[in-house]
Amino acid sequence: MSVLLRTEGVYKSYGGVQALDACTIQIDEGTVAGLIGPNGSGKTTLFNVITGYAKADAGEVYLSDRKITNSAPDKVFASGIGRTFQLTRIFPSLTVMENMLVPCRGTRAADRKRAMEQLEFVGIAGYHAALAGTLSYGQRKLLELAYVLVADPAIILLDEPAGGVNLSLVNNIADRIRELNAAGKTFLIVEHNMEFVMGLCDQVTVLDSGTVVAAGPPDIVRTDRRVLDAYLGEDIEDTDEDPDPAEGT
Amino acid sequence: MTEQAMEPGTNTTARSVLKIDGLVAGYGGGDVLRGVSLEVAEGGITCVVGPNGAGKSTLMATISGLLRPRLGSMMLDGQDLTGRSPRQILRLGVVQVPQNHSLFRDMTVRENVELGAYILSDRALTARRLAAVYDVFPQIAGWAGQKAGSLSGGQQRLVEFARALMLEPRLLLLDEPSMGLAPKILRTVFDAIRQMNAAGTTLLLVEQNARAGLRLSTHGVVMENGRVRLSGTGREVLENPEIGALYLGGAVSSG
Repeated sequence: MSVLLRTEGVYKSYGGVQALDACTIQIDEGTVAGLIGPNGSGKTTLFNVITGYAKADAGEVYLSDRKITNSAPDKVFASGIGRTFQLTRIFPSLTVMENMLVPCRGTRAADRKRAMEQLEFVGIAGYHAALAGTLSYGQRKLLELAYVLVADPAIILLDEPAGGVNLSLVNNIADRIRELNAAGKTFLIVEHNMEFVMGLCDQVTVLDSGTVVAAGPPDIVRTDRRVLDAYLGEDIEDTDEDPDPAEGT
Repeated sequence: MTEQAMEPGTNTTARSVLKIDGLVAGYGGGDVLRGVSLEVAEGGITCVVGPNGAGKSTLMATISGLLRPRLGSMMLDGQDLTGRSPRQILRLGVVQVPQNHSLFRDMTVRENVELGAYILSDRALTARRLAAVYDVFPQIAGWAGQKAGSLSGGQQRLVEFARALMLEPRLLLLDEPSMGLAPKILRTVFDAIRQMNAAGTTLLLVEQNARAGLRLSTHGVVMENGRVRLSGTGREVLENPEIGALYLGGAVSSG
């Protein structure tokens, strides 16, 4: 199995916060990979660096051995990395179909046909003429997925696809991902819903404070002590019973 | 009703300040809280932890009246808070310190603290309360004339605590007091929480740093997916191996 996407020693800071700290991950072609970690561990920042929405301070990003570090978002998209956003970025006052046609700037019948196929695939073709702003939150997530699929990317990055979505739509999204994966698509998914991640992903990478603390199959990762430490937090009491540390005399 | 919250922890005779039973609440079409029941022991520190999306902040918003519950009851010393406005709930003595920094940056520390008493409209009482608050937090008296915006994040937290104490709360709610603070500063903030508790304040806090929060607290509650999944003394919950499974799904080995 070859590596499709990898980052090497990526650093990124915002003000005084080191959001990514020597962050090195690799995603094998054909896998559904998960990226998890507690709040503020750097997951979305890593997505932003990979897709060109944030510039790395240091380190490299490779897509199939081609260096794409700090390329502009449209260049990254064109090179084969599609992504969705935690808070969906659709055009609410365009119709669902018009949203679909934005990336290919297409008015050709072939573009429409392809767009309609993707809407059918995610199950919202019935809303093609509706304004995107009238869709439910979960439906917007499906629209974003369909929109990304039109470009036929090699790898799809999903930022919280199950967040705020009702259970039946969550299952629908998981099924679509499995189908696409069976057809050869690679995924990298940030998600807080552990059942979703652990049930869907072949490989899970865990970030804490911008660094990878564990990577492997779900069953290995979720029994890893370092992962538990990342989620439950650092015990700030150094010693057992010492609530009143003596200051230097 | 479960009696799990009434653990023989620090004080077996402690009565409950707040009793929440079967609380259902949410935004739009979905329920975030799906039947939450818990009790807050008088004189204690009760800490609610749980993974992202468990409903911790929604619970805080519901108790303080910012969000109306759809079902269930919240009894403060036998009085039902359900359906009351945030202002009424504040008057009954439930004061919340929000998650994000909430001081007026261009006003002085003293002015900010005094604002905590704005519903009292009694100058003499406000002055007495201010003196009492300075007794709990002597360090804040030293910053009184400074602009709040000039303080560090940890210092601002303390001023927010002081502001909340101006109403002598029957129950003080802290929503993620460690949010955005470095571990070193966290310790100062947690010491401040102990100081308030030692001065007689009953606290209910939500904390993302589960270990530190539970260690601090007399009672612990783990929420997951809108429900209470574990409760007991802070130490019992901290040492319960099931807590890992609630955060990461599946079974967690102890190895």
